[in-house]
Amino acid sequence: MGDDSLATSSNSRRNPALTGRQNPVLTFISAFFGNFIVQRFLLFLLTVWVAATVIFILPRLTGQDPVKEKLLLEAQRGGSVQAGMNEMAQEYSARLGLDLPIQEQYINYITDLARLDFGYSIAYFPRTVNEIILDSIVWSIGLMTVTLFLAFVLGTGAGALLGWSRSPGWLSYAFMPLLTLSAIPQYMLGLVLMFIFAIILNWLPFFGAYSPGNLPEWSLGFVLDVLRHAILPALAILFSAVGFWAIGMRGMMVNTQGEDFMIQADAKGLNGTRIFVRYAIRNALLPQVTGLAISFGTLLTGAVLVEVLFQYPGLGNTLFYAIRVSDFFQITGIVMTIIISLAMATMIVDLVYPLIDPRVKYTQS
Amino acid sequence: MVTTEQETRSSSASADEEFALRVEDLKVYYGTPRGTVKAVDGVSFNLKQGERFALVGESGSGKSTLAMAIMRLTREPGHIAGGHIYLNGRDVVDMPEREIRSIRLREMALVPQGAMNSLNPVMRVGDQIIDGILDHVMTDESPPSKSELDERIHELLIRVGLDPNVARLHPHELSGGMKQRVAMAIAISLDPNIIVADEPTSALDVVVQRQIMQTLGRLQEGLEAAVLLVGHDMGLVAQFADTIGVMYAGKLVEVGSVPDVFKDPKHPYTQLLIESLPSFDISRKFVGIPGMQPALLNLPPGCSFNPRCPSVHERCFREVPAFLPIDGRGVACHLYDGETSGVPPLAGEMSEGQRGAAN
Amino acid sequence: MARATGTRNLTMGTRARLARRRWGVFYQERVEPIFLYGRRNPSLIVGLAMLGTLLLFTIIGLFGYAQLEPHTNDPSQNSRLDAFVSGGAPVGDKRLPPSWCTWCEDIAELEGDKKPTLFQYPMGTDTQSRDLLATNLRGIPLTLGTGLIAGLLSVGIGTVTAFVAAYYRGLPDVAIRLLTDVGISIPGLLVLIIIRIQLGTELLWWQLGAGLAAVGWVFSSRTVRSQVLVLREQPYVEIARQSGMSGLAIIFREMMPNLIPYITASFVASVAGAILASIGLEALGLGDFSSPSLGMTVYWVIQFGAITLGMWWWWLFPLIFIVIIFVSLFLISAGLDEWSNPRLRRQV
Ligand SMILES: Nc1ncnc2c1ncn2[C@@H]1O[C@H](COP(=O)(O)OP(=O)(O)OP(=O)(O)O)[C@@H](O)[C@H]1O
Ligand code: SF4
Ligand SMILES: [Mg+2]
Repeated sequence: MGDDSLATSSNSRRNPALTGRQNPVLTFISAFFGNFIVQRFLLFLLTVWVAATVIFILPRLTGQDPVKEKLLLEAQRGGSVQAGMNEMAQEYSARLGLDLPIQEQYINYITDLARLDFGYSIAYFPRTVNEIILDSIVWSIGLMTVTLFLAFVLGTGAGALLGWSRSPGWLSYAFMPLLTLSAIPQYMLGLVLMFIFAIILNWLPFFGAYSPGNLPEWSLGFVLDVLRHAILPALAILFSAVGFWAIGMRGMMVNTQGEDFMIQADAKGLNGTRIFVRYAIRNALLPQVTGLAISFGTLLTGAVLVEVLFQYPGLGNTLFYAIRVSDFFQITGIVMTIIISLAMATMIVDLVYPLIDPRVKYTQS
Repeated sequence: MVTTEQETRSSSASADEEFALRVEDLKVYYGTPRGTVKAVDGVSFNLKQGERFALVGESGSGKSTLAMAIMRLTREPGHIAGGHIYLNGRDVVDMPEREIRSIRLREMALVPQGAMNSLNPVMRVGDQIIDGILDHVMTDESPPSKSELDERIHELLIRVGLDPNVARLHPHELSGGMKQRVAMAIAISLDPNIIVADEPTSALDVVVQRQIMQTLGRLQEGLEAAVLLVGHDMGLVAQFADTIGVMYAGKLVEVGSVPDVFKDPKHPYTQLLIESLPSFDISRKFVGIPGMQPALLNLPPGCSFNPRCPSVHERCFREVPAFLPIDGRGVACHLYDGETSGVPPLAGEMSEGQRGAAN
Repeated sequence: MARATGTRNLTMGTRARLARRRWGVFYQERVEPIFLYGRRNPSLIVGLAMLGTLLLFTIIGLFGYAQLEPHTNDPSQNSRLDAFVSGGAPVGDKRLPPSWCTWCEDIAELEGDKKPTLFQYPMGTDTQSRDLLATNLRGIPLTLGTGLIAGLLSVGIGTVTAFVAAYYRGLPDVAIRLLTDVGISIPGLLVLIIIRIQLGTELLWWQLGAGLAAVGWVFSSRTVRSQVLVLREQPYVEIARQSGMSGLAIIFREMMPNLIPYITASFVASVAGAILASIGLEALGLGDFSSPSLGMTVYWVIQFGAITLGMWWWWLFPLIFIVIIFVSLFLISAGLDEWSNPRLRRQV
């Protein structure tokens, strides 16, 4: 039995004897930056920094100082915020140093961002942008995390069945038209849902997160009211997001079934459920999860518009009102909040990924 | 009446004991937009218990299609268009899916091509060995315990020449040769009596190829299983097999014991195959035979080999040669059906190289 | 290296022949199957037909209906198109349901007491008495044009960066990869919102398209780059490189035929994404207020509460056009997917 070596464990592990001989500080540094978690965190920081910088630099390339102009404009318009306007202009001149050289403005801007301080709202002075965001983000998180998660689960499940060659044939006839309709933008679908269920049938409320007379409190009645209000916006987001995941998963299932290990699974005489779950879905899910990170952004911006349509008091709707009154600091604050949340969500997905794909390791560089 | 029935049954039973696998007039076709590809067209052969049968032929001659059909793994757009496959006496061609699943691995197992990613990349090797065992637990049996399974994995890995610790690894941590050994461990996990190996050593380096073939041979002896080996490499095949079958364009053109066929090849195609081997013992892929294998979509009328055959006769363009038993072997060529003797080959139209190759 | 000796002395003629063969193979393996396939699974064909019908409708409408006499007393308007283009609130019939809809609830404010004839306003008018058919006819090409500009630029930039990354490897590759990784996780629409707000000026349709491409090219770049990386390792590309073929020649003669399905698919995806984003941006009130694009119509619909007013014709027709655009693009891209991935063909 002298044939090939009694082969042992993996070669992908680091050799401790080799690294041990080197300078411990260097070893630490290289191990630190070679670490997948650290690298992914750096990418997160880079993403947020690039986004912030683009937002800072691009408009200034036009040679105008948008912030100053906006402030002047607001001051001229006067109106309800007149009272605070002068103080605020001073406050900003002092804090942002609008007359400072651009690089110092930039440093201040980044420092504020690092402390997650988005300054004062122009429209609702003296409220800070952070206060406004905190008020509305709860609604967005509630609506979006639930619907997007549900959409992922439902869509992936539907796609797995659709792409499975042993599924009954009527399944694809039943679902493909529905999936095709999921190409319609979320807010367009929201429009139709609103018209049918809120206007014609009058079953569900068509705007807001709860009935106008109600005050937020922890009672059953209020919770039910909130749920009733969430149904239509949630459906609008769900429908197209389910379709999105189902189509992706269907393609991945078809690809996976062409893999050699699927033939081998059949040749082993495994039972159908095991092949479907442990072989096909388990492998087709991997690119689906990678896609999750990429598609968050598109799905989320769609959801932002659904909020506007249903006047759902989340971040999206707040952003819409901020745009209408040109509340520059509020807009930047909300946009950066969304960008940071997204970057965090994608980072979490990427960090969880090695747990489900053994070929990717945390230690690998 | 009763006696005759019993007789036939017992006689067929004795035939089944003798033959682990009987393939009768098997046809496997692929329906493509451009027409029907007859990848396996009327193939018959028998495999005795413990026999090592090697199937050779050019790329595209239908070897894999045949091997997969025997496992009943033919996939769309392919289908079994006719014939029978008797596995230990039972016809698998129209066996219900449930039943075929239960006999896979238990009675017949597949050792996949060496280049294939035949292991599930997200499962540990050990789990992939036992899931086959678990799915073949009979309804009246109690499932094996964890320690029994661990012991089984240990024993199987040792048998195929691997360290038992390999069970804890994922496929991407193994070399090609190791993966192929794991595939063999899975194949023998339920002691099948037929092993189908479709080019098990392709894409492995020469040293590993030999080791894998040795291991396969050792396992075959241990199980006393029949082996159907598909291979390109005549040298490697000759060392391993007892019997050899030569396929050309979807048909079996010659079958015989390895020494017979190598010493005295009957079919002109086999003769060319063997002549293109530089020497008996050095394993090397055969270099080539003048001309190209015809596209299976539009085969020439008569014998499919006629455009390339050095001994082609006028009859060969009209009649498809039948598969005839001669001297305990079989060959499908008009030269041996007794009617062609005396007719000179149409040598005038042949190229220099072909004439040199013809005897 | 040994492989190279045989091919180094390829003459130009041989190379051209090889290239022709590659495109020939491209036709046989990629294009011909589409026709064969189109018969069995019509998603590509149906998608193209839908888009074609929409375009035909628009062209006929723009040169036919939109040139008709307007139904206003405003002397500055010479055609129905002007009824919109002149901006502001033209004098005319307000809130008129489609004039063929005889059973519709009448919430119209007529100018004068003349009742509109049966086909006077096939899609009704809005609260500012704009002829909605003329508006939609103008809006469809504007919206498609924004998508087209964005799609072409995205794919152009994406393809070039992908080739630069794959060809020069090393630092450019790292930089471009990092840029796309970062770019993909920043929602482009939000960045555009900020830029648009800070610019303070309204973006014309093609400027919007260019802006969308500026944030959208990363997706194309990623798709094409991953495919170029696969192709780069193909033996025939290696042979061409060693035979001294120039980089551009390799790209266009050897790699392009195999990349075309991916580039086309990426183009369609970019167009769809850009249209989605442009309508979103316009619906948020960041579009060109003097433009009648479909997205601006959606904005007005939300602004004026057309749904609660019961003016279904205001939103239903643009909705139908938007649905046609997205469904046809979806079907085309599904068809293209199957083009580049033959395995999908067996399904559906
Ligand atoms: N899925 C398919 N669809 C259409 N035709 C196919 C398909 N699979 C195989 N064929 C055709 O069937 C014929 C036999 O193929 P097969 O794979 O059995 O050949 P083979 O002898 O195993 O070749 P190789 O030595 O290259 O493995 C080939 O001509 C091939 O073109
Ligand atoms: S039948 Fe004729 S053509 Fe065919 S192998 Fe025999 S001699 Fe050659
Ligand atoms: Mg084969």
